[in-house]
Formats: sequence, structure tokens, C-alpha cells
Amino acid sequence: MGYNMTFDVESGDFATAGQASRKIKKKLQDLGISSKIIRRIAIAGYEGEMNLAIHSDGGQILLDAEPGVITLRLEDTGPGIGNVDLAMTEGWSTASDSVREMGFGAGMGLPNMRNNADGFEITSRPGVGTKIKMTFDL
Amino acid sequence: MKVNELTQYPEFTCVNESALSDKEIECGYVGDLLSWVMGNADAGCAWVTIQTHVNIVAVAVLVEMSCIIIPELAELEEETVVKATEEGIPIFQTPKNAFEICAWLGAQGIK
Repeated sequence: MGYNMTFDVESGDFATAGQASRKIKKKLQDLGISSKIIRRIAIAGYEGEMNLAIHSDGGQILLDAEPGVITLRLEDTGPGIGNVDLAMTEGWSTASDSVREMGFGAGMGLPNMRNNADGFEITSRPGVGTKIKMTFDL
Repeated sequence: MKVNELTQYPEFTCVNESALSDKEIECGYVGDLLSWVMGNADAGCAWVTIQTHVNIVAVAVLVEMSCIIIPELAELEEETVVKATEEGIPIFQTPKNAFEICAWLGAQGIK
């Protein structure tokens, strides 16, 4: 096997955020991946989609399914995160009040991604962008 | 209790009956922080939330919830109802508050 998909996520597009995660979930179900692993991937993917919509200038989600491992990459074109350690702290958030009123911006997105993935790497440069790589062992 | 059985109780109104099924309500969950709910709610749950925007449908689909219950007749956005219908997620409205809904579900044997 060996399968990949790419999804664009636009900045500020909260209404359709979730589409990519649903398509990824459907594809993984078709591939016969166990539902427990799919749930973790779907949660991490949705958090990623919302993060791209809320915080980034726009970006992409890239899914790579290979024997033994699923990789989910999030890549955006800015604005980047000034202090990644702080951003990884549960409860820390820079989300606006309007985003918080929607039940987002609780400062749990990145920790949720890390907790659901088997491997988690984040690199970010202010003014350049953020890249996250999550792996899920099958 | 099955999701479509909730319609037998006048205090629960389903806003999208075409999404109803005989899916079992396995358990319940209450929460309004979407990340928290996604991380902790179990599949098959009835989710009680005061959030009414379209993203609750995405959360319900990803977690594979049985239904969403909106307390205190909070007004639902049209977009949410349309999306939930497309995705087959029943949404109920009730005058009960979140605590009363949970107590009622518990009394019906849902743990």
C-alpha cells in the first residue's frame, strides 16, 4: 500500500474546517485501519485543521499512508509561533474572544495532537511558518 | 435507549428527523470546549452542549456520537442543522438545562 492526500485549509475558514479530517477518516476506514487508530488520527487532524483556520495565514494537511505507519503533516506559510514551548503548554492560547466563544482557543489543540500521535515534531519560524509532523504506528 | 426513542418524549424536539436512526445512545457527555470534548467523549454518546455553530457537527462525526442535545432551547444556526442532516447526526433541542438533561438521561439508565 502507499497512499497520499493533500488538503488546503484557508485562513479564517471555520465553517468547512473538518472536511479534510472527515475525508481522511473515510479513506483510512476504506484502507481497513483499526477504528481506535482512526479516531486518534481524526482528532489530531481536526485540531490541526482548526489551528490552520484560526491561527495561520493558510496551509496544507498532507496524509501519507504506508505499511506500518500513517503520517500527517501540517504546513503553513505563517505567521509562525514565537515560543513553541509555550504554545505546547496546555491552556496557553492566543485565540481571539470570538474564536473562544465558539469553544475553540482553549489552548488544547497542540497538546491534543501530541497526545494522540505516536510521534510529534514541531518546527516554527516567526515570519516563515510552522510545520508539524505526526506519525501513528499501525 | 435508541436515538429515535428520544422523540417519544415531548420535552425533546428533533430538529432534523431525517437524521434519526435506531442507533443506540451508549453513554452521555457534556462539554462546550470542543478540543476537550473531542479528546474525551466516547463513541456512541449523546453530547450535551450549548455550542450551536456548525463545527459541533464535525466533532460529533469524528467522535461518532449518537446525537447532540442542545439545552435551554438555545437557537441553532441553520447551517448547523443542514450539515447535521447531511452527516446523519440527529440534533435535539429541549427546555431542560444541561444538568437536568444529564440527570434525565441517567434516570433512563444511560451511564
